[in-house]
Amino acid sequence: MDTLLLKAGGWLAIVFFAFIAMVLAADAGFAVHMAIIALAAGIALWVTINKADYAAIGRGILKAPADPGIYDDDPIRWGVIATIFWGIAGFLVGLIIALQLAFPVLNLNFEYTTFGRLRPLHTSAVIFAFGGNALIATSYYVVQRTCRARLAFPGLARFVFWGYQLFIVLAATGYLMGVTQSKEYAEPEWYVDLWLTIVWLCYAAVFIGTIVRRSEPHIYVANWFYLSFILTIAMLHVVNGLSMPVSLLGSKSYAAFAGVQDALTQWWYGHNAVGFFLTAGFLAMMYYFVPKQAERPVYSYRLSIIHFWSLIFLYIWAGPHHLHYTALPDWAQTLGMVFSVVLWMPSWGGMINGLMTLNGAWDKIRTDPIIRMMVLALAFYGMSTFEGPMMSIKAVNSLSHYTDWTIGHVHSGALGWNGMITFACLYYLVPRLWGKERLYSLRMVNWHFWLATLGIVLYAASMWVAGIMQGLMWREYGDDGYLVYAFSEVVSAMLPMYIIRAAGGLLYLAGAIVLVYNVWMTIAGKQREEKPMTETPYDEAADKPIVGKPAIEPAE
Amino acid sequence: MSGFAKHHKKLERNVTLLGLAAFVTVAIGGIVEIAPLFWIDNTIEKVEGVRPYTPLELAGRNIYIREGCYSCHSQMVRPFRDEVERYGHYSLAAESMYDHPFQWGSKRTGPDLARVGGRYSDEWHVQHLIDPRSVVPESIMPPYAFLAEKDLKAGDMVKHLTAQRRVGVPYTEEAIAAANDDLMAQADPTASTTDLEKRYPKAQVRDFDGDPDRLTEMDALVAYLQMIGTLVDFEAGEALEEPR
Repeated sequence: MDTLLLKAGGWLAIVFFAFIAMVLAADAGFAVHMAIIALAAGIALWVTINKADYAAIGRGILKAPADPGIYDDDPIRWGVIATIFWGIAGFLVGLIIALQLAFPVLNLNFEYTTFGRLRPLHTSAVIFAFGGNALIATSYYVVQRTCRARLAFPGLARFVFWGYQLFIVLAATGYLMGVTQSKEYAEPEWYVDLWLTIVWLCYAAVFIGTIVRRSEPHIYVANWFYLSFILTIAMLHVVNGLSMPVSLLGSKSYAAFAGVQDALTQWWYGHNAVGFFLTAGFLAMMYYFVPKQAERPVYSYRLSIIHFWSLIFLYIWAGPHHLHYTALPDWAQTLGMVFSVVLWMPSWGGMINGLMTLNGAWDKIRTDPIIRMMVLALAFYGMSTFEGPMMSIKAVNSLSHYTDWTIGHVHSGALGWNGMITFACLYYLVPRLWGKERLYSLRMVNWHFWLATLGIVLYAASMWVAGIMQGLMWREYGDDGYLVYAFSEVVSAMLPMYIIRAAGGLLYLAGAIVLVYNVWMTIAGKQREEKPMTETPYDEAADKPIVGKPAIEPAE
Repeated sequence: MSGFAKHHKKLERNVTLLGLAAFVTVAIGGIVEIAPLFWIDNTIEKVEGVRPYTPLELAGRNIYIREGCYSCHSQMVRPFRDEVERYGHYSLAAESMYDHPFQWGSKRTGPDLARVGGRYSDEWHVQHLIDPRSVVPESIMPPYAFLAEKDLKAGDMVKHLTAQRRVGVPYTEEAIAAANDDLMAQADPTASTTDLEKRYPKAQVRDFDGDPDRLTEMDALVAYLQMIGTLVDFEAGEALEEPR
């Protein structure tokens, strides 16, 4: 009972202090955020009191012990739903801002719906909300299965889930109100950064704690990737987020570093948000779910060792390729370029290890749309990790930088690799987590696959054309020795490409909506009556030679 | 199994060793690349004219950040013939040495702004921000008419300048004490601004948004836009290189 009182008192204190901070806030954004925190703590207080196991407390324990014979899957189920929810939100905002670029009237002449405020909402929603929830949920799933142990610190594991959702809500509402540090993919202000640091350290504790409690002597390769992702993101987030608040009761802060140092710190962070959040973490998903779904062991153990250490060592150097030909010193640019090109090798090492895991099970690409998604994800991983090193070569970058080519590159990685591997994992997880025999419909997975693939093709192709066209038009000289195009002419030349891109986004979103329906029906326990996705039809009766008459008339 | 795999087994069975080895591996690149930028002197060449922002410019810059202008506009002219002809002299590291955070940007959905100061009139900027397509029909920029409607509530500029000084911007005691007055004075054609102009050389003092009775967010943003890239006198430098 004492512990319960202590917990409830703690939540009440947070409600109280958040309320005071709201009243004393220096700006409206901070006040709204404190109100959200007070509300969240209020809900936690209500849950603490209402859901407490009073019968167990009567027996002298805080709550009935969980069944040690099953894995602790509650936060994973929540994580799956959160991943899907934020995914749809992020894709939708992406579609809206894509349409805003084609039809600027959609900015609605309203300060909260301008492209400038919605763009970080889109990037954070897809990377940190969709991707982040997928990573947390799958890491909880994988670490328990590969360690043959329940999650360490179950209370903390739940705090990580809800704390992370609060971080997302604070970040998202902040962007709409213009509360931003303006550092790409690290826009949240100082107090939201601090909150994420706390949540992230708890996440590390749960993950590492579970590994420590493992029953298997060996730490499975997927966990190496999750571990390096968690540690590196902590390092990047803390260093890049260093800032000086103007007031402890206001949202505004000034970054600790300035100009060239700030630029390199930011892109050291920014590139490795890609390298560790969107690559190492998702490779961990690949290393568990691809072998599971293919029912084959990982192709090469030795390749996974080489691939792991070289990938994490090399990735961190690649940041300066975002700053080619800027005021960053040349030596740093060149170093960044060289490491980016070398990075091609470990990236493809990972792709090969994933694809070759299908050795002896290639037929599944035909019959299993989940495997098909995984293979496509790995193919896009391979393509974008080739395109990336190519774009980091200074001569190529002088054309591609500042253009939509970069946007196309990012999306072939994000939609193709991160999106597809996440969808595949969700389809793998849902029937298992909710104890269903199978998905509602495998054929709908196939529809999702084709909608998404078509969407990515439209997206990437239109952005290649747009980007290269921009780059060439900006530097086009006429015979008279003058620049041929005004900037505004280049802008209007983009219109058809922006419309095609939006169409691609719409297809991708449509695919995700098919996923929502499929997952919804699966959880509801329904199974769609459909023809199985089997081999090409085989008619034994037709598989015979025709006897009795010669096939060809003899020549006269 | 070779020796290397046998040694690797140790890491695979000890999460502390594995975590430590992974952390050291990922720390190296950042240390080698970023740390020297803080102590190699020629990272930022000495340039005359760069000064901290005036309180009004800083408030305008904060609006620029708030609205996410960096999503579509870079502030970094690269040293290419076409960029220098289109935008002006390529950007120097010193020009952003007081930028916490930097605003170099990564995308040019709209043009680079590193040299936009003084290129257009205040009236053009105000009209363009209120309705971009009324002056550039091809533009796809969102309209920012609300900036002209909203009074500038920059907060206590003394606190802002203090925070800036804590991260290394050389504001004097005197500049910090006068921050709130300087904010008002720069957009007020009737105010005495000798001290302001002494503290911030080349500061442009006038009403920026066409409405001298009010200090709006539009005043601050236009004041910022009109000073970007104007502090360093590149023509003076060229004359020295090629005496005629």
